[in-house]
Amino acid sequence: MKLDTSSSPFIHSGANITGMMLRVCLALVPAIIAYTWFFGWGLCINIFIAVSTAVAAEALMLRIRQRPLKPFLSDGSAVVTGLLLAFCLPPFSPWWITVMGAAFAIVVAKQLYGGLGYNPFNPAMVGYVMLLISFPLEMTQWVPPNIVNQLQIGFIDTLKIIFFGEYPYTLSIDALSMATPLDTVKTELGLNVTVSEIVQGNAIFGDFAGVGWEWVGNWILLGGVWLIYKRIIGWQIPLALMGSLFTIAFFFFMLDPDTYPSPMFHLFGGATLLAAFFIATDPVSASTTPFGRILYGAGIGILIYVIRTWGSYPDGVAFAVLLMNMAAPTIDYYTQPRVYGHSKDEPHGGEH
Amino acid sequence: MRRLFQFHGGVHLKEHKKDATVQPVQPARLPKQLVLPLQQHIGEPAEPIVKPGDKVLKGQLIARPGNTVSAPVHASSSGTVTAITDHPVSHPSHLNAPCIIIDTDGEERWITNKPAVANYHQLTPEEIRQHVRDAGIVGMGGAGFPSHIKLNPDDHVVDTLILNGAECEPYITCDEMLLRERALEVIVGLRIMRYALQAKRCIIGVENNKPKAIRALDEQVRNTGADFIEVVPVPTVYPTGGEKQLIQVLTGKEVPAGGLPMDIGVVCHNVGTAYAVYRAIEFGEPLISRYVTIAGSVAHARNLEVLIGTPVIDLIEECGGNPNTLSRVILGGPMMGIALHDVRIPATKTTNCVLVNSTIGDVPLASRGKAAMPCIRCGLCAAACPVDLLPQQLYWYAHAKDFDRIQDFHLFDCIECGCCDYVCPSHLPLVHYYRYAKTEIWALQEERRHADIARQRHQFREQRLEREKREKQERHKKKRAALKPAGDKADEAKKAAIQAAMERAKAKREAAQPKNVDNLTPEQQAKIREAEARRAQGKTEQQDNTP
Repeated sequence: MKLDTSSSPFIHSGANITGMMLRVCLALVPAIIAYTWFFGWGLCINIFIAVSTAVAAEALMLRIRQRPLKPFLSDGSAVVTGLLLAFCLPPFSPWWITVMGAAFAIVVAKQLYGGLGYNPFNPAMVGYVMLLISFPLEMTQWVPPNIVNQLQIGFIDTLKIIFFGEYPYTLSIDALSMATPLDTVKTELGLNVTVSEIVQGNAIFGDFAGVGWEWVGNWILLGGVWLIYKRIIGWQIPLALMGSLFTIAFFFFMLDPDTYPSPMFHLFGGATLLAAFFIATDPVSASTTPFGRILYGAGIGILIYVIRTWGSYPDGVAFAVLLMNMAAPTIDYYTQPRVYGHSKDEPHGGEH
Repeated sequence: MRRLFQFHGGVHLKEHKKDATVQPVQPARLPKQLVLPLQQHIGEPAEPIVKPGDKVLKGQLIARPGNTVSAPVHASSSGTVTAITDHPVSHPSHLNAPCIIIDTDGEERWITNKPAVANYHQLTPEEIRQHVRDAGIVGMGGAGFPSHIKLNPDDHVVDTLILNGAECEPYITCDEMLLRERALEVIVGLRIMRYALQAKRCIIGVENNKPKAIRALDEQVRNTGADFIEVVPVPTVYPTGGEKQLIQVLTGKEVPAGGLPMDIGVVCHNVGTAYAVYRAIEFGEPLISRYVTIAGSVAHARNLEVLIGTPVIDLIEECGGNPNTLSRVILGGPMMGIALHDVRIPATKTTNCVLVNSTIGDVPLASRGKAAMPCIRCGLCAAACPVDLLPQQLYWYAHAKDFDRIQDFHLFDCIECGCCDYVCPSHLPLVHYYRYAKTEIWALQEERRHADIARQRHQFREQRLEREKREKQERHKKKRAALKPAGDKADEAKKAAIQAAMERAKAKREAAQPKNVDNLTPEQQAKIREAEARRAQGKTEQQDNTP
């Protein structure tokens, strides 16, 4: 009779990484549907390309690194990376953009650092920034909301655009594409137009931010709240990120509403909500202490505002996240919680 | 209604407590053989005072305490001592430990000279502690710290005596059954303890998933009119039964790191200990039996009153477990218990539960996956930690064997409750890593201590050699000093010889050369002689002055 003598505890909650990643994907489904409604099949095709590439790259690198394939492919982390990257790309991006971004994210940002759990930077954001810097033209060819419905650009048409660059009705991407709301605001502000004039004079602006985008934002918000409820992510990062962005935007908005867009515009514009609930909350590259996560989230919120307002890019989510990724280990070190039985002012940590 | 507090984190576990609480508790069958480890407590092992072949009676002292922090061992039944030998015990490293083996005779004959006491108030607190000590009572919640020490307030003022009936681990119901069936006895035991500690008030903390136990206690507190005792239902969250956690829930106070509950005016005992104190003081009975839950893959999960030293296999068989299909036997609960490597291991004073897993039939435990994934720093562990540690960081440093840094993150405040492990989505054996790190650090400290001793010895040796060298030199010096007069004489003789030779040479020279003093007047010659004499005198003086 051979008895199992492993050490306690002997029971487990049953939680696993695959389940967590699956829920993250599920939480994005409503937003994907909304996005597809407003911007066409591009996102779905991009997701397919990005996820396939990410999983293939993951498998290849695992093989090269002589790691077991099954547990690391089935953990779902590569799927989430691909999904998030695709969500950040213009819907009609050429296929090779998506492939390069996803492959770079997995190979360089994740696997070369040691794979799951060891990447200091958010892989999807590394992939995105690489694309943004290398292919600025392709990365800014956004389409206005509802244009796909007006022009009836269907699934097959979208496939042709993405894979062959063939546009229907002999259109070109230049004719189709259009600046995003954030980009519009930035450019026009540079021309000394006031915010209210910009918003009134342009059909892409809705109640808070861009038409379509704000609806996608709503669903992202809902999915994110569900993730918090399911305890897949903590409340600290999303709340701190949105809170700090709102506060700083509110401050400048009150100072001069003609130069600074409203806090709601910042919250629902661009990738703020996606960052708050899905990107900044990537546990591996984020801060891990409860208070550290508040600082980390707040830092991202502030950086997003700074880059959007005074930087040269219309949106700053990716840069903000990567910059705070760098700060995460230091934040963690200085934000250790007070341990039971230890006094508050007791210096924690050693001299390092 | 008492205001309750919360500790950080904790987890909600499936209770599995129904099965074993259906039947009333009965004495377990008398085993053929009793195995009584000499160490069933924290501290020094007891020293046997019987030898193989001795006949012993039930309740007879068979091993006396090693020192103050120790506890005696008594024969749980009558019979013959067959051996005092190393026997498998519940030990994380599967080590054997010295045990007294008794073959029972089935007669259950008690010793006759039991010190029965009618009223504890006739005793001084010191006498009560002595009785508790003589009865071999140790903390029965699991730690096994000798109880008489925890009944000694020393120079502390004990404000609150807490009786821990939380019993937060799944499957375990022995304290619940004890409270349901022997509430009055537990309360009398509590009053004795309060008297020993001179505590102001008492709180019995019971998790609110044991309404019957709470009702029984309430009733007995009312009946006895003990208004200084408060029965407080506490929320069912694991690990409320941890001493520090229960103190926090009931008082809002934290035991200072490295300190004792007594430092904040609190003492915490297990309900089983209170019952044992009651038996010891009112009946003069030593601790030779206790309530034990037998649960898991057995036909009849239940609680038994078990003689200390009963091999767990006897208990499993009595409850309808199949000894041939056992896959795992856990002493204690599923969160903090120890998986036994041998079913002959006995139940001891601290055994509250025997949890059985079988290779066939139901698998009652959803256990951690075999293949761990890397830590993704999700922080679920930190959210679950009842001491507010950062288990993910502890894991990181344990994995990296950074034993300095891991102590900065308060490794030694970890109570090994297993909450972090339970919630970890990467299925990392976190507690295992912390135990490993603790063991390594202890080993390093031990090594350092040895190194310090060695260094000290080396320094002493160096000093001794230095001293000896110095002493030797001094001895030589003294010796030389003693020899000096003789040496001086020899020197003078030498000098005199040289002087004489020089004078002889001078005389020769003078004789050979013309002297400018030859043709002088007697007066001049006299002056010259005078001068010469003066010079000669000065010279000798000079010579005398030279050392």
